Amino acid sequence: METAERIDPPARADGGTNYLNVNYGVRSWLLTVDHKRIGLLYLGSITVMFALGGFFALLIRLELLTPAGDLVGPDTYNKLFTMHGIIMVFFFLIPSIPATLGNFLIPMMIGARDMAFPKLNLASWYIFIVGALFTLWAVFTGGVDTGWTFYTPYSTVGSHTKVIPVAVGVFINGFSSILTGLNFIVTIHRMRAPGLTWMRLPLFIWALYATSIIFILGTPVIAITLALVGVERAFHIGIFDPALGGDPVLFQHLFWFYSHPAVYIMILPSMGVVSELITCFSRKAPFGYTFIAISSLAIAFLGFLVWGHHMFVAGMSPYAGLIFSFLSFAVAIPSAVKVFNWTATLYKGAIAFKAPMIYALGFIGLFTIGGLTGLFLASLGLDVHVHDTYFVVAHFHYIMVGGALMGYLGGIHFWWPKITGRMYPESLARIAALIVFLGFNLTFFPQFILGYLGMPRRYHSYPDEFQVLNVMSTAGASILGIGYLLPFCYLLWSLRYGERASSNPWGATGLEWQTPSPPPTENFPVTPIVDVPPYHYSEEEAVLV
Amino acid sequence: MSERATALAGQGNLPPATAHQFDDAVQQHEASGLGMWVFLLTEILFFGGLFTIYTVYRSLYPEAFGHASSTLDIELGTINTAVLIGSSLTMALAVHTAQVSRNGRLVALFLFATIALGSVFLGIKAIEYAQKFHEHHVPGPFFHYEGADPQQSELFFCLYFLMTGLHAIHMVIGVGILGVLGVMALRGRFGPDYYTPVELTGLYWHFVDIVWIFLFPLLYLVERHT
Amino acid sequence: MLEKLGLLPPAAATHAAQVDALYLFLIGLSGFFALLIGLLIIVFAIRFRRRSEHEIPSPIEGSLVLELTWTIIPFCLTMVIFFWSARVFVSLRTPPRNAIEMFVVGKQWMWKVQHLEGRREINELHVPTGQPIKLTLTSEDVIHSFYVPAFRIKQDAVPGRYTDEWFEATRPGTYHLFCAEFCGTWHSRMIGSIVVMEPADYQAWLSGGTGATGAAEGAASVAASGEALFTSLGCATCHRGESGALGPALGGIVGTKVRLQSGESVEVDDGYLRESILNPQAKIVAGFQPVMPTFKGQVSEEDLLQLITYIKTLRASPGAGGAHRES
Repeated sequence: METAERIDPPARADGGTNYLNVNYGVRSWLLTVDHKRIGLLYLGSITVMFALGGFFALLIRLELLTPAGDLVGPDTYNKLFTMHGIIMVFFFLIPSIPATLGNFLIPMMIGARDMAFPKLNLASWYIFIVGALFTLWAVFTGGVDTGWTFYTPYSTVGSHTKVIPVAVGVFINGFSSILTGLNFIVTIHRMRAPGLTWMRLPLFIWALYATSIIFILGTPVIAITLALVGVERAFHIGIFDPALGGDPVLFQHLFWFYSHPAVYIMILPSMGVVSELITCFSRKAPFGYTFIAISSLAIAFLGFLVWGHHMFVAGMSPYAGLIFSFLSFAVAIPSAVKVFNWTATLYKGAIAFKAPMIYALGFIGLFTIGGLTGLFLASLGLDVHVHDTYFVVAHFHYIMVGGALMGYLGGIHFWWPKITGRMYPESLARIAALIVFLGFNLTFFPQFILGYLGMPRRYHSYPDEFQVLNVMSTAGASILGIGYLLPFCYLLWSLRYGERASSNPWGATGLEWQTPSPPPTENFPVTPIVDVPPYHYSEEEAVLV
Repeated sequence: MSERATALAGQGNLPPATAHQFDDAVQQHEASGLGMWVFLLTEILFFGGLFTIYTVYRSLYPEAFGHASSTLDIELGTINTAVLIGSSLTMALAVHTAQVSRNGRLVALFLFATIALGSVFLGIKAIEYAQKFHEHHVPGPFFHYEGADPQQSELFFCLYFLMTGLHAIHMVIGVGILGVLGVMALRGRFGPDYYTPVELTGLYWHFVDIVWIFLFPLLYLVERHT
Repeated sequence: MLEKLGLLPPAAATHAAQVDALYLFLIGLSGFFALLIGLLIIVFAIRFRRRSEHEIPSPIEGSLVLELTWTIIPFCLTMVIFFWSARVFVSLRTPPRNAIEMFVVGKQWMWKVQHLEGRREINELHVPTGQPIKLTLTSEDVIHSFYVPAFRIKQDAVPGRYTDEWFEATRPGTYHLFCAEFCGTWHSRMIGSIVVMEPADYQAWLSGGTGATGAAEGAASVAASGEALFTSLGCATCHRGESGALGPALGGIVGTKVRLQSGESVEVDDGYLRESILNPQAKIVAGFQPVMPTFKGQVSEEDLLQLITYIKTLRASPGAGGAHRES
């Protein structure tokens, strides 16, 4: 075991000139091309969307306290879960890590001054805002009730709600994703600092690269599909409407061709964050770097081949079902490889329990449960019973909230000193992380049981015997809500009162930590040259066990 | 300056302006090119959704698709194909001219020729759409088809209008960009040292052309062998 | 026992035990791995906690052996699960030959059930134990899904086509019926009951006809209703069952393959019959003219089921002008 002096210049009392104070004024923010400021523009916007989506979740859970549909009417309830889904999926989870942490960190991690296309980056944010405004306008002038999945013919013919504006909003938002992914790919390919070979990249970059591939290949398909839903609804044509000769199951194929890879868009960046957190707070290189990196690409690739597992009882041929089931099991393997590698990284590490690490460890536990329950759903014979029940709801919330969101919060905390130049209050942050972990499990674990008992999804009222588990779930949701409010409060508090952060408060490797906190606009006064492996926590030769 | 930039400078490749995020003009040029190729990849997936739907319905209803296809004006479609290929020729000439000379007016001439041919294409498409409108073949409430399978034929026409319509939208955007480039060329902005916008627009234009090369047989030539 | 604890729904069909066994195996397997990872994390976190600020652990790059181990073993385990669940699925999707048919039409927001003998039900389905039953499903409007947790079965009812599911009930009682595909305002009220009865009780119920929910019509069987429609709609005019008739003879045609004008051959099943009534030009039998009119808009989903049931009762007559059959 070695010891070493940490080289970490102390923070300047006044923060110095950095990207935040180099100029002031609304125009300097709204017309910025600095990737760091754009990341913060996204951070503010998606936080607003998260609050709205979370508010709808609160109303849903309040309604489900009692078996009768007595808090809101059925149409309102249908709108609540639809809009909760649309906002959380398209306007929070999909942009979350890539557009905030990705935008902020990618150039810094690779030693670049900015993204390949800074103006396109700003345009992506504006496109996101336009898409969000369309959707919010629809939400506040009547809402939409089709479910975030927009199944036809209900969405094209049956529903009397604002389907077209929401479809337009999601369509526009899709271009924000596409351009962000394009920017990331070109940046990572062409703008790495000298010496920064692919196998020296941080795992966070590998994760975002794989995510960007899904962005550019998958998003155009949902764009054209939702455009067709809008056209069909507006002009009464029948691509997906059986009454006019169309096929509603074809819609499902096209929808899920994107929406399944979309869930990997939501989880891969979070896995990248976890790789950074585990290594830094074990002060150790990741076990199996190459395998973790390649598994991100494997997940992106295989993720495009499994969409049919959402349609086992939709009227799809059983032979297709067999193929999709097999591939769905295959896509679980790279994720399992990551979990094992992260766990092995802890072995003989020097583990510190800062808040980001608590989020990372929580991620591993909850993602493991979520991923294992995915096997239940990939199992054909079993999926017939639990499809469209609360079992599925529990599964994807374990992955998206227990997984992706916890990784996001861990990343926000980890890079908060770099982004803001301030430390957050550590004890409070750890308590909040634990509250989130406990509240989350209480909310969603009962839903696995509810699902197997047969409670279907999207039910406004339900049989009496399901009440006890629903009450538990709502109780958990209130605790979870408190867990989310706490970081919102203390992170804002830290902007003014938090301890000033040095360049590298965690003693982490990575080029971003070689700059002051907050960094100057150009990131690096001189382009760094990389001649060390990634995660070079020890200067010794790494041992191959 | 990096070695590559020095070498290229010998060929007159010093950039008029390298954006701040790039180290040199070579990096800028390579990044821009990669960006356009990635964008075109997304366009393939975008059109791909429609091609998939077409494939599904044509394999389900081959006869209806064949009959409906034969109501399209094949002469106009063929002329349009020739016009569009011609426009790709003028586009390629514009790119080549910018690559080897500083003759902005010749570049602009080729760009405006491309615009002209593109506009002819769009004009002929408008004529075809008007014909379809008069024949009541536009899908929707006023659709009326005399043949055997009106509902399946309506699906064909849905796809016809959606696919050629999406293609036309891409052409209109292309024509707009070409107009801007034409003005820039007249002002002498392009030359062997900097022709990236022309080159990338050329890539886009050729892509739009290739999409038509697929659309034409799939929509117009379904049952032409008899 | 798990059912008594409220962790499993009642098991009222032959499938239930199969599905539950798979479920419990997966719970065991998942529990094992989740506990394993959880324990390892806790043990490592405690054992290898950072004891001083300047502590730097020795690096461990990786181990190919471990990587292969924890790739191959999970893969093998997932393959076990895949094959096991595939077998359960194939059994779930293969109705036995002696299954009796019933029809279910979903519409916003009710289930209309039709027993072949003539009884109809709304939001209820009475069935006997010990008899495989195949449900043919369709929808009149949007997609619904016929879900019986106690039987562990579910299948979407898709407008414009037929889907099916089968079960064999084992335990008398009343069980939940849910719609499991979001279908609009009253999706959560599109629920009902499956009433499983001993065979004798079921027979009594079938010929009874009083006091049940829903319109309990007279004893007109589905096939008889279909025959009435076949005559009133004029089907018999062309499908006379003689050579030279305008339409193919329908006697004995169900279950055989016919060659179409396009050259391909299709199996004559419920879906083909339904399509041919609504969209006669889609798949015309070779050797016949495209003169059949469409009955779209004139027949409801229930009428279609009645016609199809009637056609299935027809027997081939010798010398009939049949379709070119594939043997």
